[in-house]
Amino acid sequence: MNSQTNPENIITFEEAPVLETRHLSVRYNGNPALRDVSFQVPRNTVVAIIGPSGSGKSTLLRCFNRMNDLIPGVEIDGEVYFEQAPLYAPEVDPTEIRFRIGMVFQLPNPFPKNIYDNVAFGPRVNRINGNLDEIVERSLRRAALWDEVYDRLDESALNLSGGQQQRLCIARALAVEPEVILMDEPAASLDPISTQAIEFLIRELTEDVSIVIVTHNMQQAQRVAAYAAVLMTDESRVGELIEYAPTEQVFGTPSDPRTEAYVTGRIG
Amino acid sequence: MEQAAGIAVVGISGREEFDRDLGHLEAQVVLLGGLVESAVLTSLLTLKARDCELAKKVIEDDDLIDDKRFEIEDASIALARREAPVARDLRRIITILLIAGELERIGDYAEGIAKITLLLADQPPLKGLAEIPRMGDRAISMLKHSLEAFLDRDPARAEARALSVGPDDDAVDRMYLQMRSDLLELMKQSPDNIEAGTYLMWAGHNVERIADRATNIAERVVFQATGRIVSVGGDQDEAQSPR
Repeated sequence: MNSQTNPENIITFEEAPVLETRHLSVRYNGNPALRDVSFQVPRNTVVAIIGPSGSGKSTLLRCFNRMNDLIPGVEIDGEVYFEQAPLYAPEVDPTEIRFRIGMVFQLPNPFPKNIYDNVAFGPRVNRINGNLDEIVERSLRRAALWDEVYDRLDESALNLSGGQQQRLCIARALAVEPEVILMDEPAASLDPISTQAIEFLIRELTEDVSIVIVTHNMQQAQRVAAYAAVLMTDESRVGELIEYAPTEQVFGTPSDPRTEAYVTGRIG
Repeated sequence: MEQAAGIAVVGISGREEFDRDLGHLEAQVVLLGGLVESAVLTSLLTLKARDCELAKKVIEDDDLIDDKRFEIEDASIALARREAPVARDLRRIITILLIAGELERIGDYAEGIAKITLLLADQPPLKGLAEIPRMGDRAISMLKHSLEAFLDRDPARAEARALSVGPDDDAVDRMYLQMRSDLLELMKQSPDNIEAGTYLMWAGHNVERIADRATNIAERVVFQATGRIVSVGGDQDEAQSPR
């Protein structure tokens, strides 16, 4: 398909966005992964990034907390703004950014420590003032895990179920009071009940954080996200943002025929 | 270019089975439409010819229409459950479900007209009948156009064809109002006309409702084509009777 992207298919917002990319392009060892992506993430909402495999979803997500910096051979052009400040400015400390912009991965990756220490890790490293017990409890409660673990905080996190481990990872991210949480297919390895718990949590969290989630699950995108960004890849173009709109439009009456083909399972 | 044998086209995974099943369901809807159209035509014929035997057949055959409707609904629900459709696919399945329901109701109106034929069997002829076949022709033509629009895969053309049904509905409404006042006049002239006049009023009302249902089908087609829920009839439906 050779459709051209219509700039009108990319929504913009009046209010200052929490995250924004302008003409962002990424190459790995000269191979393009993202091409000229400009879009805004509004505050206290959930934005889903969808698209076929290899269309640059995870690359885009990793640009937001400078995780791509860690990959050898990466070249990043264009700009990324976090709270209107350039995220790639020399004075920005990527480690600090990764606390303010937390990340949850597809496979839960708790530290091989007890439950308490997993959550307390970030606050300890950051020397956050306050009662550590309170921070741990508050974070576990916000991650909807407290009721299941309050009487065994000294047990290894690795003994938890997959769904519990994922919520622990969310509690760990929350413990340092992040402004944004990035999620890369956070429920892909979970059963339907755990998936529901994670999705419920995602919606609850937008009271005080903004969330960008990569998902391959079309129904999940509709359940959790207010907006959906569609990345596309074809023979000639890789990692192009072709549509960004309210979720009900992307899955209801998409503007770009390539979006329609993707969401209805005809490409990708 | 190298021989591409055995190499899958990257990034293309068609949903041939789903497309085939959707197409099959749409064909079933058109088949149901054919049954319903035939029931309407025949019921109007029984009214004109006072053919009670044929009327009984229409009444009996309505079960086939009901069965077909439920068959389509079952298959649509199963397909929706299996495929979790979105966007146009979702609209296609929903449209199939909604149109099957509208068609089944049109079948009920045809059955109602056939029952009126039985009621009229021992009544003297009344000239108020004249308007009913004309209304019927118009309603059947609306049904045909709505179903043709339903099958049109070009969204803009399907929408245009569906919208063109609106003025016909207004015309049927006007004919119905005319018929109603003609029949009232006849009934005022002689109490002997009251019973037959009342039955014919019911029959005319059924035809008017058939046109309304055909308009509903056109509205579903616009939804399928565009995602918008619009009213296809031009005027407010002044012909509706109090229920």
